This record gives sequence, C-alpha cells and structure tokens, in this order.
Amino acid sequence: MAENSLTFQGTKAQEEQLMSVIEQNKNVPGALLPVLHEAQEIYGYLPIEVQQMVADGLGVSLSEVFGVATFYSRFSLTPKGKHKISVCLGTACYVKGSDKILAEIENQLGIKSGECTPDGLFSIDSCRCVGACGLAPVMMIDEDVYGKLTPKEVGKILKKYMDEEGGAK
Amino acid sequence: METVHLKINNIPVEVPKGYTILQAAKQANIEIPTLCYLKDINCIGACRVCMVEAKMNGRPMRGLLAACVYPAEEGLEVFTNTPAVIKSRKTTIELLLSTHRKKCLSCVRNNNCELQKLALEYGVDEDHFESEDAGYELDEQSPYIVRDNNKCVQCMRCVSMCKNVQTVSVIGSIKRGYQVHIGSAFDKSLGESPCVGCGQCIVSCPVGALMEKPQEDKVWDAIQDPEKEVIFFTAPSIKATLGESFGMPIGTNVEGKMAAAVRRLGDGVKIYNMDFTADLTILEEAHELIERIQNGGTLPMFTSCCPGWVKFVEHYYPDFIPNLSTCKSPQAMFGAVLKGYYAQKTGMDPNKMFVVSVIPCTAKKFECTREQLRSGDGDYDDVDVALTTRELARMIRRAGLTFADLPEEDYDTPFNKATGGGVIFGATGGVLEAALRNAARTLDGDFKMIDFEEVRGPEAIREVTYNVAGMDIKVAVTSGLGNARKILEKIKSGEADYHMVEIMACPGGCINGGGQPYQPDSVRNYVDYKALRSKALYDQDKNSEMRSSEESPVCKMVYDEFFEAPGKEKAHKYLHTSYVARGNKMS
Repeated sequence: MAENSLTFQGTKAQEEQLMSVIEQNKNVPGALLPVLHEAQEIYGYLPIEVQQMVADGLGVSLSEVFGVATFYSRFSLTPKGKHKISVCLGTACYVKGSDKILAEIENQLGIKSGECTPDGLFSIDSCRCVGACGLAPVMMIDEDVYGKLTPKEVGKILKKYMDEEGGAK
Repeated sequence: METVHLKINNIPVEVPKGYTILQAAKQANIEIPTLCYLKDINCIGACRVCMVEAKMNGRPMRGLLAACVYPAEEGLEVFTNTPAVIKSRKTTIELLLSTHRKKCLSCVRNNNCELQKLALEYGVDEDHFESEDAGYELDEQSPYIVRDNNKCVQCMRCVSMCKNVQTVSVIGSIKRGYQVHIGSAFDKSLGESPCVGCGQCIVSCPVGALMEKPQEDKVWDAIQDPEKEVIFFTAPSIKATLGESFGMPIGTNVEGKMAAAVRRLGDGVKIYNMDFTADLTILEEAHELIERIQNGGTLPMFTSCCPGWVKFVEHYYPDFIPNLSTCKSPQAMFGAVLKGYYAQKTGMDPNKMFVVSVIPCTAKKFECTREQLRSGDGDYDDVDVALTTRELARMIRRAGLTFADLPEEDYDTPFNKATGGGVIFGATGGVLEAALRNAARTLDGDFKMIDFEEVRGPEAIREVTYNVAGMDIKVAVTSGLGNARKILEKIKSGEADYHMVEIMACPGGCINGGGQPYQPDSVRNYVDYKALRSKALYDQDKNSEMRSSEESPVCKMVYDEFFEAPGKEKAHKYLHTSYVARGNKMS
C-alpha cells in the first residue's frame, strides 16, 4: 500500500474553505454544530486534524468538539471510500435478512459498518429504508441500487467495482 | 431584595427571588438529596435524584420537578418525600446502579460514596435492573489521575470543573445513549492531553470513577526494605485536613498526631516539616523579586510553587514562562536539600534515601518526575513518591493506628522548625503574604507590619498596592485556573502591571487541593469548608513565635552550612529550576 487512505490528506483549498466558514461563524453562539456540518461537507468526514482546526478557530476545546462530533450519528470520524456502500436495515429489508448481507460485506472487506478499507476503495454504512421495499433486501453502492440480494451475490457485486479499478484481488 | 413565598412540606418559607427549590428547602432545614449537583460548579438537573412533587395555586403540577434547577416561585407548594417522590428516586438510583460496576468493597470511595449513601438511604435493590458491564479500560497512563469509567454515573461534575472552573477542558462527554462516557478527545488517555493534573475532577467526583494514581504500595515496599532510609515530609496544608479522614471536625489542626502517626508507619521512618522548605522558598523567591525589581528583570514575577499552575503556563501561556519564578517548589526544594545537602552532610547515599512527600495535590505526583528537578547526577528523582493526604490516611489506617488517640509529637530534627510564613503557604494568598513579610524586612529593617490581610480573600481576585521602603509594590493573588486566565489576559493587554502575582491552581489554594480528603456533598454544598481549613493555618501562624521566613533557624542552618545565601551559586544550582513549553494539543 503506497499511501494509507486513512491518513489525513486535506488540501490547502479545503483548509481555506473551512477557515472562511469559521470566520463567518466566529462569535456566533452555538456555532460549533453548523461549522462541523460544513466541515464534514468540505472534507467528507471529521478527522482529528479538522476537529482541531475547528476547535482552534472557534476557541472551544477539542474535547468539546469531539463530544459533539460523536453525539450526532450523521457525523463521521472515518473517511468515506471511493465507493460508498449503504445497506438498508429498515424494517422490510431487515426481516428479509439484510443484517446477513451487511455481515457478509463486512466479512469480505474486513471492516465494520462506518469504516473505510485501507485502500480507500470502499466504505460501509447502514441506512434506514431507501424506498424500495419491494426489492428487499436492498443495498446501494454509490447511486446504484441492488435488490433481492442474497449473501452469495455480494462477492460478485464487490468484485465488479474492484475490477473497475484494474486491480482485481 | 425581592423575595418569594412558598411552602415546603407545609412549612412556609420566604426566600430571595432566584433561589432554587433546593436552596429554599435548605432554608427550611430540609435537605433534598442530590447527585449531579455541586454548588458553584455543576447545576444541570441531569441525575433526577432531587425530584420533588409540587402544587401551584392548589393544583398538582404535572410530573415531578428537579429541585436543583427549578426556581422557587410565589405560591408554590413543594413536597419532598411523598411516596411518588421516593419511588422515583429509588428507580433512578436502581437504574444508575444497573450500569455501575459494583465492586464497592475494594473501591477507594467505599463508605465515602454519594451513590452508595443514596442506595442505602432509599433501600434499593442494586440488581433490580440487569445490564451488561460496559467493560471500559482503566485510564491510568497519566502519572497523577486514574479514571475508571465503569463506575462513572455521568453526573458531569468533573467535566464542569475542568471546563468551567479550571478552563482547561481536557475531558468531555463522548458519544450518546448507552455508549456515553467521559474522556479526552479521540478517546485518548488523559496523559496524552494537555491536562495540568490539578485533580479537582477527583474531588468533584461523587463516586469512585476518579482517583489519584495510588502509590502507597511503593512506600510500604520501601519501609520493608532494609536498604532504604524512608524520609517523609508533610506539606503545610496537610495538618489542617488530615484529621477529616479520621472523623475530626473540618479545620482541626492535627500537626502533632500527624507526626506521631507517620513515625509509627515503620521502624526508622523519619518525619520532617515541609513548612521549612516553604520558608526556604520564600527566602529565595523574595530575593529573586527584589533582584528583578532592582535590575529590570521580567515582571510581574509569578509564584512557581504550584505544579498545576506551572504546567498550565507551560501548556497554555508559554510566553509567560520567563515570568515564573525560577524557584523550585517547597516539595522539590526539600528533595534537593535531602539528596544534595543532607546526604553530603551525613554521608548518606542519596540512592538509598527514599523520599516521600505528603502533599494535598495530584499535580505534585507529576512534579516529582520532572527531570529539570534532579539536583544530583545519579539516576534518581529528588522526591521518590508524592502521596496525597488521602493516601497517607489510608496508610495510617492500614498500619492499625487509632489516629485520634495518638500523642502529639514533634517533627524530627533537624528539619522540624518553621515560621508562620511557611505555615500559611497552604492557603490562597499565603505565599505572597510570606514573601511580602520577608521582602519588606529585607528592604526596610524597621518594617513592622506582619499581617497582609488584604491578600487573604475572600474575593476571587485580590489586587493590592503596598508601600515598602518608599516604593509601591503592586501585587495580585488568585486561585483557580479560570481566574488565573483572567489575570494573565489583563497582563497581556497591558491593563495591569503588577510586581508579583500568586496563583494556585485549585480554588482556595492547597487546602482545597485535588489530593485532599473527600467531603460529602452535604458539606460541599452547604459549608464553607475552605474557610475552615484555611483558618487552621492562619490561627497557627498567628500563634507562632516566628512569623517571617528569615527568622527560621533551619533555613539559617542550611544557608550557613551549604547554600551560602539566597540567590548565590550553590543555592541556584540546588534550589532553582527551569521550565519547558509543552503545547496545548493532544500528543
């Protein structure tokens, strides 16, 4: 592995964008939450480097920033992969066994839901209902929907994305 | 003053507007139980233990009210112990206990725990609700504080203390729901955070989730080791607080029994008086102040005896490092006196000396490990172990000593005597007052004033100008790091120009240090225990024959035999130190 995608790789442009957000929100009561939202928009996730910039910029402690970032499930502390896998754990999908689909993906990629593979190719998340209950169980990879899944099919689908990268494993 | 009238358990009460139900009830001599509430520190209505029933205009109010946050209102009728209230409290405590690791027998807070006390009072079943043990790892990486989140009740008292009072904010609430726990950012150890080690979180904790890094076993081992010469010395404030651990009233001066107790911990254990090195610190520090004033040195000069404050400057205000007095703290000076001067004088091998300080403080555990404080060339720290007052009390108990019945004894010679100036080190303002006594007498041989009462309090920040030998000396005193920050910002902006500033990290100074005996909430919330503890020291000072540090015969001896005079080369080598900028980020 040349460079681990889990190490922070923020750009100067991203930093400037974040700084301008902080500048606009400085001295605004309760600014931490909206600034973290923007920060996640800019970077895709909230690594320690970004949280430290927010803390320094707003004059709050890192522990407070971390507390807010870990309280809300919409904030992510890990980067998202090039391909974002989202397994539906809504009622219909769940009774159709989507938990087993998720477990199979986790097993094949060697990461847990909420995490990203070290090569940066995939990240896994769970979601609640994508509105395709008739196709349950359902997962999405990026914008593509895969329905009526069985654990067996998972490997084939993942392989398609790996092959696209030219590095079939 | 605007007041409101209400009834509590049918007793009419008139209280100032703005009082909470909890305060109003106390005025009617009714105590409502609390757990997360801590006066002046934490008032968030989170734990739901203080719930009460109420009626307004004769009609029952919906639900129960949290007495610690609900304002006393005109016409309110409060009932603090109805069956509904008792049931609610009992269920709340049972729920808290469901996720609490109930290893009470071996817990440092056994018999001293707010949760245990409530459980007993409300006759709860600790296993009423089953739950899995969260299995948090102990955080014992820092040299001063241990956190056991398995016992935490999420009252937020430590967080509030750290953030709002000390403004250090290295701990916070992490995650939500069942996963909530208290810790440092990114779940790193406290030891990796810019924590100053004051230990105020420990004395704020109602349960056993926080404790000092225990080191008694090391001392017991040394006592058993025939090779080791075990030498104790006790900080000025210990005599004013140790008695509390043995059920004595707050503010009882137990100096004589303390000396007797330590001596009985083991054969040959020596007990010296750290008030002596408090005097020694004053002689060096007052000399340094005069020199800085006369030679255009960096002003204001900050006191440097509080290791929490020193670490605070190193982390958060490194630009002010030149302002810190270069004097070692009394603890560190004593280490250097013993392993430097005294080892040479008596021919003892400093490697075989086992030096134990008893201090009111967890930050001093860190101070012992500072390499800048090593005065010798060998691979040893000048002070081997720093024990808190609580740890000494535990040792005395384990030794089977009935503290209250011990005779009053003296410290061991030659480090036994000290002046009132050394004694008052343990209270906020004491160091500055002792320095002023000595500096004024150095500059003006006829100077008479001994009590500099203006620096003693009770205001949070005291600024005074004294005229000494025709010169105006401007001083400031505060305690608590939030207040320290205010003073530093004032100096930074040029709004203030003091000559000398005394700062103690803990609110009230060492008498309220993070290593002092626990006081139950019933005391912390309703009694001015800091004033009672301070009074013990000021009373001793008042009754001392010698009150200004230059009168100390022990200081005279060590200067005559070894250090020559304050500020001289040898004194500098052994009694002064340096500081390092540490950065304010997680490491």
